[in-house]
Parts: sequence; C-alpha cells; structure tokens
Amino acid sequence: MRQFIDSLIFAAVLVGLWQGLHWFAGDIAIASPGVTAERAWQMVGTASFWAHFRETFSALGYALAIAVLGGMTIGLLLGLHRLSGEVAEPILVSLYSLPKITLYPLILLIFGLGMSAKVAFGAIHGIIPIAIFTMGAVKTIAPVYFKTARVLQLTRRQLVTTVVIPAAIPELVSGLRVGFSLTLLGVLIGEMFASQRGLGYLVMNAIGTLDVPTMMAVVLMLALVAVAISATLLYLDRRLHHRAA
Amino acid sequence: MAASVVEMSAPRNRGVIRESQGSAASAEIHAEMTGIKRIYPATGGGPGVHALGPVDLKLARGEFYSVVGPSGCGKSTLLDVLAGLSAPTEGHILFEGREVAGKVPPGVGVVFQEDAAFPWLTVEDNIAFGLRRAGTDAAEVERRVAYAIGFMGLKDFRKAYPSQLSGGMRQRVCIARTLVMQPRLILLDEPFGALDAQTRLLMGDELLKLWRETGATVMLITHALDEAAMLSDRIGVMSARPGRLIADIRTDWPRDRDSRIAAEESFGQITSQLWRLLRDESVKAAGMAGAKG
Repeated sequence: MRQFIDSLIFAAVLVGLWQGLHWFAGDIAIASPGVTAERAWQMVGTASFWAHFRETFSALGYALAIAVLGGMTIGLLLGLHRLSGEVAEPILVSLYSLPKITLYPLILLIFGLGMSAKVAFGAIHGIIPIAIFTMGAVKTIAPVYFKTARVLQLTRRQLVTTVVIPAAIPELVSGLRVGFSLTLLGVLIGEMFASQRGLGYLVMNAIGTLDVPTMMAVVLMLALVAVAISATLLYLDRRLHHRAA
Repeated sequence: MAASVVEMSAPRNRGVIRESQGSAASAEIHAEMTGIKRIYPATGGGPGVHALGPVDLKLARGEFYSVVGPSGCGKSTLLDVLAGLSAPTEGHILFEGREVAGKVPPGVGVVFQEDAAFPWLTVEDNIAFGLRRAGTDAAEVERRVAYAIGFMGLKDFRKAYPSQLSGGMRQRVCIARTLVMQPRLILLDEPFGALDAQTRLLMGDELLKLWRETGATVMLITHALDEAAMLSDRIGVMSARPGRLIADIRTDWPRDRDSRIAAEESFGQITSQLWRLLRDESVKAAGMAGAKG
C-alpha cells in the first residue's frame, strides 16, 4: 500500500514536471498532459492505431523470443565452459557498447524493408545483454551446487536442466528486464526509419507533420506499456531474489 | 575406556605413515588411499602449491573416522580426492576394491560445509532431488524421504523453502538428502562449521545416530577437537601444509554413544592429546598465513 502511494506521488510529480515543461517550451515542442491524454484517448478508439500497435508488439514478441532463446543459449554455453567464457566475455562487452544503429543499414540490406528487419534489429539489441547476464548468472552459481550434482550422479543434461537453470533464474529475470527494454528500443528505432507501420513510424510521421499531440500520445502509451511490463518483471525479479537469499 | 594413542615416528620429512597397531588392519578395508599427493600447478611463473600429502589412509568398513588439522592444511582437499571430486596429482584411491578416478563412485555421499540446499526447492523436494534424478520410483522416493524427514526432525518444515530455515536446519536438509541415497561411505566436510556450539552438539548426536542406524563408514573433517574426540572411533591428525597424517588416535568409545561422553575422563585426555599434537602445526599454519597475507 505504502509503495503504491509512493508510486502515485511519483507519477503526479512527473505529470507536474511535464506541465511545467509545456509552459516553458510551448505548444510547438511539448503538448500539455491534458491535450496528450485526450489525443491518446481518441487514438485508442481508432482501428488503425491498433494495427500499428499490433505491428510493433508482434515485432517485439518475435525479437524478444530470438533474443531470449539465443542469448540464454549463448550465455549458458559460455558460462559452463570456462575458457570459451573468458575468451568471449570481452568480445560480448565490446559488442554491447557498440552503437547498434550503425549496423542498421546493414540489417536493411540483409533483411529488406519490413517486419524481418525490425525483428532482427530488436533482437541484436536484446541478445547481447541477455547473453552477458546469463553467463554471469551461470558463473556465479555456488561451486557447491556443482559438487552436489556430481555426488548425486547427475548426467550433464540433468545438471543443466535441474541445477544450472533453476539456480540462474533470478539473475536471468534481471537479464530479461534489461533485454526487454533494449529489444523494445531496437524495434522502435527500426520502425522509425524505413518503415511504414508500427508505433515508431507513427511517432516519426507525427514529427514530420508537426503533430506534437499525436507524437506525445504515442510516446505516452508506449511508456505506459513498457513500464507495466518492466514493473511485472521487476516484481518477479524481487520475489525470486528474495527466495534465493 | 582407555584411549590408546599411537603417534608416528618422525614423519615430518619423510611423510611415512604407519597404521595404528591392531584393529583397523584386521577389519575389512572399505576405502583406501595410497601415496596421495595433491600439487596445484604453478600459475603465472610462481612455484606450484604442494597442498597435500603424501597421505596413506585405510578406512575400515563401518568405522567413524575424523580428520583434524590446522586451517589450510588440505583437509578438504583430502576429502575431495577421496570422494572423486578432484583427482590426486599422485597416488591411488580404492573404494570397495575399485579404483576411484575422475568420478564420484555410487555409494559415496558427501555433506559440505557450504550451504548446499537448493533455494528453489522445498525441503521435501531437496531431499528427494537425488532419488528423482536417479529415476527411483515414486513410492520408494516417498518412503525414503518420509523416513529421512522424520529422522532429521524436519516434519514441520517439509513444505518450507531453505530461506525460511536456520543454518542448522538447512544442514539437516543436506544430510537428509545424502541419507536417502543410502550411501555406504559418508564424507562430511566441516558440516557444522557454520553452526553455534549447542546446535553442533545436537547435530553431532544426530550424526552418531545416523552412523549407527545406517552402518555406513563415516569420515568427518573438522577443526573442532572436541567434536572429533566426541564422535570418532579413530582420529587422524594432519600437519600444516602440505598436509600429512602425523598421528592416529583411537578413542575406544562404545558404538552406542552420544555427546554425554564429553563427561568421561578419557574425553579430556584425548582432546588435550589432540591439542598437544596440533599446537605446533597450528602455529606453523598461522605463521604461513601471516607471511602470505
């Protein structure tokens, strides 16, 4: 309850700041919270908005599936095999810090315009942090768990499925949180350029036509969805870490 | 109940260990280590670390053997090597007549000092873990787990998660998880090291009860001299690193014993005997640690 009230106060402060900025910058730069909410409400009533919405979130879904499966597989393998992990870690970290927007022309050349490019661009944003988190999670598993597994005569496969993965899950959820937000970022950037559909396209289009309220409304709705998903993952994360402690 | 103490003659340089006269040799040998050495390879140009040995050790079937030694003397390494968890640099290990190499042989159970209860499983599922992975049928799992839960006094906590339990309770879970596998050789690596004094005494009694009822051979690594003196049939004293067995002490306690044995006169004698043997080694170990840090 206390936490809920805190969150409400925080949201109210944000809206207040937003209103302040609106007064400061004026209608051409920032629409007021009221106008934005009104436009958002209007858009939610139209079918075309939901088509764009579906486009973005199905791209996000595919990208996330690729990033999670790929990232976790890479992370598990590298975490379990020490030498490969030591070799791969600096490479992964430098890839992580590489601004992936520079790869976008390449992605477009490979995948062409449309859904697959967006998915690919989202996935390359998410896969590396998820791989890094997974590898870290596996490497920090208490050595005594591995010893116990050996004493209990576990096969390699049983070790991975019944010890390594459950032991790593709290950390994996942390990785998933970071991976989720970066994948969403990737998908949206993908939609902003060379795309005719999706929420990213809507934002760019609104900027092009100087339709500030629409732009802000899309951003607001994206933010709400992202915050909701992130909060769910955070809740899960806390719960899992609490149990592990 | 006279305690017979057999000290090795000048073992320090040659590392020769003789068996104590009598009983162990005449009983059936359950596990045997010969010429065991563990040398950790050099890293970054420094010399390798000679952690252990040479050690020769025979465990008679059904005996309760403890190893005491100063910290860092290689006690845990000795246990890991005997369990097949790490390979010796030199020497051979036999368990029930078969060579132990690179793999923990079936029939060996290990309880570690670290908290090894899986936090994502309930007490019950933790205990059943090994049996389920081995494909034991559900009714048998149920039966053995129920027995172990009763034996270790975990009845009220069967659905609890390890994070809801005290350290002593978590260690009971680990012991129960080992117990249900029905090991014939149980190795314990300072299992009560993280527990308070009273809990240690109680856990010691539980361990004795378990040893009596299962008939298993037990090797306990400990740094607590009174614990070794109270629980064991025979106590091996290890030197500072590289760890070698420098004395072999028989307690001659009856099989049916518990912590009240601490009131016996010979308990005090054994404990002070152990300390006399260990004092120099502990000073050495502490000095080494001081020089290193």
